[in-house]
Amino acid sequence: MAGINATQLVKEYPGGVRGVDEVDVQIHDGEFFALLGPSGCGKTTLLRSIAGLEAITAGSLVIGDRDVTNAEPGARGVAMVFQDYALFPHMDVGDNIAYPLRIKHVGRDERRATAEKVADGLSLQGLIERRPGQLSGGQQQRVALARAVATRPDVLLLDEPLSNLDARLRLEARTFLKELQRDLGVTTVFVTHDQAEALALADRIAVMKAGKLQQIGTPREVFQRPNNTFVAGFIGSNPMNLVETTVTGGGISIGETSVPVPAGTEGLVRDGQTVIWGIRPEYLRWVSSEEPGAIPAEVSVVENLGASVLIAVNASGHKFQVVVPEDHEPAPGDRGWLVPQAAKTLLFDAESTQRIG
Amino acid sequence: MTATPVRKVAANTTVRHFLARVAFALIMTIVGLLFALPLVWLVLAPFDATPSLSLSWPDWTLDNFARLAENPYALRSIGNSLLLGVGTMVIVVVLGALAAYAMSRIRIPGRDGILYALLLLSSIVTGTAAMVPTFQIITQLGLINSYVGVLLVLAGGILPTVIFILKDFMDSIPKSYEESARLYGAGPFRILRDVVAPIARPGLAFISIWTIVQVWGNFLVPFILLRSPDMQPAAVLMYTFYTESGQADLRLISTFALLFSAPVLIIYFVVNRRYGFRFHGGIKS
Repeated sequence: MAGINATQLVKEYPGGVRGVDEVDVQIHDGEFFALLGPSGCGKTTLLRSIAGLEAITAGSLVIGDRDVTNAEPGARGVAMVFQDYALFPHMDVGDNIAYPLRIKHVGRDERRATAEKVADGLSLQGLIERRPGQLSGGQQQRVALARAVATRPDVLLLDEPLSNLDARLRLEARTFLKELQRDLGVTTVFVTHDQAEALALADRIAVMKAGKLQQIGTPREVFQRPNNTFVAGFIGSNPMNLVETTVTGGGISIGETSVPVPAGTEGLVRDGQTVIWGIRPEYLRWVSSEEPGAIPAEVSVVENLGASVLIAVNASGHKFQVVVPEDHEPAPGDRGWLVPQAAKTLLFDAESTQRIG
Repeated sequence: MTATPVRKVAANTTVRHFLARVAFALIMTIVGLLFALPLVWLVLAPFDATPSLSLSWPDWTLDNFARLAENPYALRSIGNSLLLGVGTMVIVVVLGALAAYAMSRIRIPGRDGILYALLLLSSIVTGTAAMVPTFQIITQLGLINSYVGVLLVLAGGILPTVIFILKDFMDSIPKSYEESARLYGAGPFRILRDVVAPIARPGLAFISIWTIVQVWGNFLVPFILLRSPDMQPAAVLMYTFYTESGQADLRLISTFALLFSAPVLIIYFVVNRRYGFRFHGGIKS
């Protein structure tokens, strides 16, 4: 068991492109940690750098109390499950699971015994003599996990662990992964582009963009207090409404309406300053009669989400998305008012896009 | 429209279809027989007391085999051919696998250009065009009349094609397999042995047989590089079967030809059975 400590980590490709750009991250012992970001943001490169599959250009990497910046992949105490699972097609399930032990010159009988024990723990009973090609996607993933944990690694790395499974199986596998991680207590880092997956699984999330770390925090922190507009827009199943506007008379102007500045930002903004006002679609209420502080708006598009409806509205030139409970859905063209939950609003600097307050 | 004309048309089509099938089968049988004739000759002539170049019902005898056994070089030459074939195969498979793996995994500037250039030049190395320079190089190296020289030239001529084919096989093996093995502490040779070679096995099996067949039938290289008659492989020895009057000795040639073709067929079936041309699929991603 070990924590991971990356300091000023840089991975530069030939040609000067930085896949990972001066990343500082501390992952605690036993933590379930997510690297989240859009494709090409460097999250997989960071994971592969931790594994040792990518040579680090600058900075240092410590696993446990050992500096492994230049250590061979096999000497870092890490195990990894690849996106395509990388099961050897010419070996049966038992040999696949026991392959790490074979490299460590463990005897054949002991290898088989360990493989069977680990396989049982991952509900792979009776499949030990099958070839990977004869298994379902979910079973293949469990074999890959079994192979990774068979050697009791200090750190478990998962590259997009759920992306090769179909939607229904994905939810099952998500629960399964979380249980497995808790039972083993192994420090686990996983890469995903799916914010819902990260929020559901991780103890803490690192959000990345263009090789740079944007924010590290618990799922609640990154959801409630995003550091900048990128994180605000990336986290959440419906992206946060971000409206560029100005501060007037101690309030935020949305057309004719003035909305109070978020708690904690009083005194940090001055009159006339351009800011970005952010509120999640879930925290806006759609009402059909005027209320104090409500923003007049007109519905343009209605999207059904099942238990709720997502409506797009126009409010004096600004576009908002609002989640409305299923029984009160308006029709396109309806006029009404938006009531923001004052405590849930955020303010970002228009230039730096950083959160104010 | 009544039903009768329809039935007539249908019957007509069936008849025409049937006749077409019969004609096709007849033509194919004739073509097939034409191709089978030399093979029938190959099987029958050795058992004929007086074989000729025409095909006739043999005057059964085993004398030809007895005569062949008296020839001091005949059986030994088959052994020599085996030695050259297997030797070249070992060199080519080992070096080819290593080179193809490296070519597939390491980025070398102009890699594809190098491969194509090698492929083009290789046909010259073992070909007639380079006969004189090859002979001179081997003489200068002092390797004339030695198996080492023949093996080097044969392997050199075959290797580029082998690398080209094997590289394709290795390109198709996902890198994640090796990276996975690396994470468990396996070194490059270990990975090649445990992961890459087993998956590329159909390719390696094909290369092995193909190499032996190439060497088995190669006449020119051993002919110019080997002097002693007791070192000649079968393909060259066949060239020496003349009667005293300078006529081709069909009794010896036919018998020897049958023996000459047997090992290649046996090797093919053994390798195909043991290693098989099966393919392992990866995971679709």
